[in-house]
Amino acid sequence: MNKPYAIIIGLEVHVQLLTSSKLFCGCSTAFGAAPNTQTCVVCTGTPGALPVMNRQAYLLSVKAALGLNCQIARLTKWDRKNYYYPDLPKGYQISQYDMPLSRDGHLDIPDPEQEGQVRRIRIIRAHLEEDAGKSMHDEVAGKADSRIDLNRAGTPLLEIVSQPDLRSPAEAKNYLTELKLLLNYLGVSDCNMQEGSLRVDANINLHVATPEGNVATPIVEVKNMNSFRAVERALAYEAQRQWELWQETGQRIGDVPKQTRGWEEEAQITRPQRSKEESSDYRYFPDPDLAPVTISEDAIAHVRQSLGELPADLRTRLVGQFGITPYDSDVLVSQGRPLVDYFIAAAEACRDGKAAANWVQQSVLRVLNERQMPIEQFPVPPAELGRLIDEVQSGKMETSRGREVLAEMLATGKSAAAAIDALGIVQVDEADLETLCAELLASNPKVVDDLKQGRLKAAGALIGQAKKRNPNVNATRVREICLQLVQRM
Amino acid sequence: MPISHQQVTRVSLLGRLLLSEEETETMTAQLGQILTYMQLLDEVDTDQVEPMAHAVEVSDVFRGDQLAPSLARDLALANAPQHDGECYRVPAVLGDA
Amino acid sequence: MSLTDLSAVELLDRLDARHVTSTEVVQAFLDRIERYDRRIGAFLRVDREAALDQAAAVDRKRQAGEALGRLGGLPVAIKDLLATQGEPTTCASRMLEDFRPPYDATVIARLKAADGVILGKTNMDEFAMGGSTENSAFRLTRNPWDTTRIPGGSSGGSAAAVAAAMAPLSVASDTGGSIRAPASWCGVVGLKPTYGRVSRYGLVAFASSLDQIGPLARTVEDAALLLEVLAGHDPRDSTSVDRPVPNYTSSVGRPLERLRLGIVPELFGDGLDAEVAAAVRVAVDVYRSLGATVQEVSLPHGKYAVATYYIIAPCEASSNLARYDGVHYGYRTDAQKAAARLEAERKALEQAGDRAGLDNLDTALVRMYRQTRSEAFGPEVKRRIMLGTYALSAGYYDAYYLKAMKVRRLVREDFDRAFEQVDLIAGPVTPMPAYPIGEKVNDPLAMYLCDVYTACTNLAGIAGLSIPCGFSSRGLPIGLHLQAPAFEEERLLRGAAMYQRATAWHTRRPSLDGE
Ligand SMILES: [Mg+2]
Ligand SMILES: [Zn+2]
Repeated sequence: MNKPYAIIIGLEVHVQLLTSSKLFCGCSTAFGAAPNTQTCVVCTGTPGALPVMNRQAYLLSVKAALGLNCQIARLTKWDRKNYYYPDLPKGYQISQYDMPLSRDGHLDIPDPEQEGQVRRIRIIRAHLEEDAGKSMHDEVAGKADSRIDLNRAGTPLLEIVSQPDLRSPAEAKNYLTELKLLLNYLGVSDCNMQEGSLRVDANINLHVATPEGNVATPIVEVKNMNSFRAVERALAYEAQRQWELWQETGQRIGDVPKQTRGWEEEAQITRPQRSKEESSDYRYFPDPDLAPVTISEDAIAHVRQSLGELPADLRTRLVGQFGITPYDSDVLVSQGRPLVDYFIAAAEACRDGKAAANWVQQSVLRVLNERQMPIEQFPVPPAELGRLIDEVQSGKMETSRGREVLAEMLATGKSAAAAIDALGIVQVDEADLETLCAELLASNPKVVDDLKQGRLKAAGALIGQAKKRNPNVNATRVREICLQLVQRM
Repeated sequence: MPISHQQVTRVSLLGRLLLSEEETETMTAQLGQILTYMQLLDEVDTDQVEPMAHAVEVSDVFRGDQLAPSLARDLALANAPQHDGECYRVPAVLGDA
Repeated sequence: MSLTDLSAVELLDRLDARHVTSTEVVQAFLDRIERYDRRIGAFLRVDREAALDQAAAVDRKRQAGEALGRLGGLPVAIKDLLATQGEPTTCASRMLEDFRPPYDATVIARLKAADGVILGKTNMDEFAMGGSTENSAFRLTRNPWDTTRIPGGSSGGSAAAVAAAMAPLSVASDTGGSIRAPASWCGVVGLKPTYGRVSRYGLVAFASSLDQIGPLARTVEDAALLLEVLAGHDPRDSTSVDRPVPNYTSSVGRPLERLRLGIVPELFGDGLDAEVAAAVRVAVDVYRSLGATVQEVSLPHGKYAVATYYIIAPCEASSNLARYDGVHYGYRTDAQKAAARLEAERKALEQAGDRAGLDNLDTALVRMYRQTRSEAFGPEVKRRIMLGTYALSAGYYDAYYLKAMKVRRLVREDFDRAFEQVDLIAGPVTPMPAYPIGEKVNDPLAMYLCDVYTACTNLAGIAGLSIPCGFSSRGLPIGLHLQAPAFEEERLLRGAAMYQRATAWHTRRPSLDGE
């Protein structure tokens, strides 16, 4: 990456908090209800109605902020952000302006350039605010109308603003992945982008190396990105576009007003969005309808204790405790805490972390994927998987036979031992194995010839025949014994 | 610092009002008079004063995260100038509103 | 003596003694409304049937020996900015002409639970913005003492209704004097409770940090009765305070022993009408004669109250009124016409080759908003939206809004200091008696300056009350302003009642049958 410029990216992420009711009223936050069936006088801004703060939303925010290593404000307050939009029924959004509930944190993310290294991305602030509703464009009978659904209006959002510390689209993607994982672990948000419970706006510009030193290009805000992949692509597109624009115009930051561009998934380009200068004058002021919120050091400590083990710590622990590779540890941790717990139980049952990690990644995850099932519903208890792994590791059967056993366990709900029995798996006696091999060699002179000539591949045919005569034989052993016997011939 | 005609026009957009030329004239004069009166506050030294945003000093007023019944949709939409039984309807939201 | 001459407390005694029925009482007031309101214009709507139905229901309960609420079938008039479920709640604005809230304000629910009978909704300045009720989009309300004069505002309908005995009680709101000034000008009792004493849930907001709901009545005892019903904590209003509500009705008859009454000399300076000043001084002498000690206290920041108030209130209002945009409730302009007009403007700009003009041209949606709001809001509301929007906008916030919030604290601290020395502060409510209709409509600043004595009560969040204390030479009522520390409504009512017992001003009635 020998480009004459650096990419500077900062992300503003809005995540929906996992509360059952909205931020200031008792309406449900459940996704997918029929339009305008989850509203009341408060969240529709009906004249006279007043907001009352959801305590759980505040506590979840504090939890997230602590997970992001932020300072928690002992006193925080609510402000009104005034702007007109049809999906904003009050004409203002209740948000936090100059006294956010938290600030000055960081999130460590995997460095996409250097395997195993982390990059520390600073968090400017994380604050709580209410969501707006949804506008849907509708063109029927030549009339261009918008339809407004207020179900989402008033849903609690945590806005997390990073410093412009991200240096590539890949880092932006890693940041989002790590953030999502953290918030999942904390139980703060499900961060489901499809359902809109995580939304990303990106600020991006370039620092171009010139003979007079580094020059910053105008900052562009990119919106409308609907997946982490889209974020990565939009930013890559935008960096290239800005580079070309710089070469063409030489425009620097401050030369033109900040532009907002939307990512267009189909065309894979960003396009400018219409905006007016006056629309950025939000006239923030303290919301007189809501009281400030205070929190004591004790209460902060209490929330801190409830955080549990965070993904970064968990990754390190799995490597140390179970001897698995950082890569395996990362794969397991990124599947979420319930899967990690499953792995730990299985690994403890078989006392072989590496084998357990392989089994969980190769067999368990495949089944979960196929069946679109969460680990909580996986029919084989981890202890039973552990027993199976133990049997395989002790040489009782090969891994492939072990997989058959697992399939039997999944199909029938049998224990490992019962499934092994049902498949008639018994360890073949070494003497029997030698007899079997001798018989096979005797009846396959062509193979013996080949082996003598050093064409070792020919042994495969023997293994196949051996398996046919006794499915419990160990292929590796069969091969080894046959070669020994041929050598002795 | 009486307000200018141009500022009145700008503020009228910010406040989503549409003033006729005549109204803008009157508004400029009246706001100018009122804002001039407000200059009375300049003589108060407020450097060390905490702003007072609320008339009562209460804090930490919460509700539990409990569901309460929502409005029936027909009732929620009943006061809307235009709706289609499901949604509020407005002239197209294009770009920035 | 007719039923409508009686005070609410007297009516309640007769109702409880079953000398009269609620139906008879309500009918008597309805008849009076029928007879006089064409001239006074206090009500925006009266629902005779609903009121009589409610009254009949209370009568049945009483007949059946069921427990009745505190109001036991008394009629109450409601300022038309309190949400009444399924019934129009217009704020005297075109904007909300057809608005029917799907819920009851907390105070309405409390009134109903107390077996109050809602007579109708009273006129007001649009969105409670104004001091004369001339800003109503629907009708003019006249002062019952002189129908060429304003009743005061913004609760002019409520005050006029009570003064003209078209209702014994009214529930209104006071943001900078909107209960007390009309009470003073109409010769009735009006109380603005401490901020947080009464739930604002369902009060259509004007300025949320200043608005407070309170009673209007003909006597202090009646105001105490109504306040007792209205007051109390409401979990739906985060700014309502969780403190027990004293039994105002049982304590109101007890005079304040060794009352220390404060007067503020600077309030008697320039701009105060001589007759008002004289009436207030005489009232203070009455307190002296009742054993009170009178002491001068200073409210050095009182002179900044109007400037402070007319920054804070419009700022909050500009935000509170942003929701009226023609999308979710209320008026919407004819979108087709608005679009056509916009198109014409576009063509004109194109022809003129005005690129900048074209760039700045509204979108259809923005134009819909602007057209809607400009058609449905009256001039005073527009003025305050402009003022508040300006004062909050980038570059002006610190000079106006932030400054005003700081001075507000100084005003509050003045009161804190004063109330270390005195129990109540007495003074004028308004600088002059009721002025002629039309006199100040084109002079907003002159109108604002009438709030000079009342706005500081709201800024400080404390309690204030207006009680009749005399008449001008033209026969216009004059009010005495009493202010008490936060949550000292009981003291305020007892202090007012001891004055009322010593005087007869409250017994005077305007003559409505032809001058
Ligand atoms: Mg935000
Ligand atoms: Zn709601």
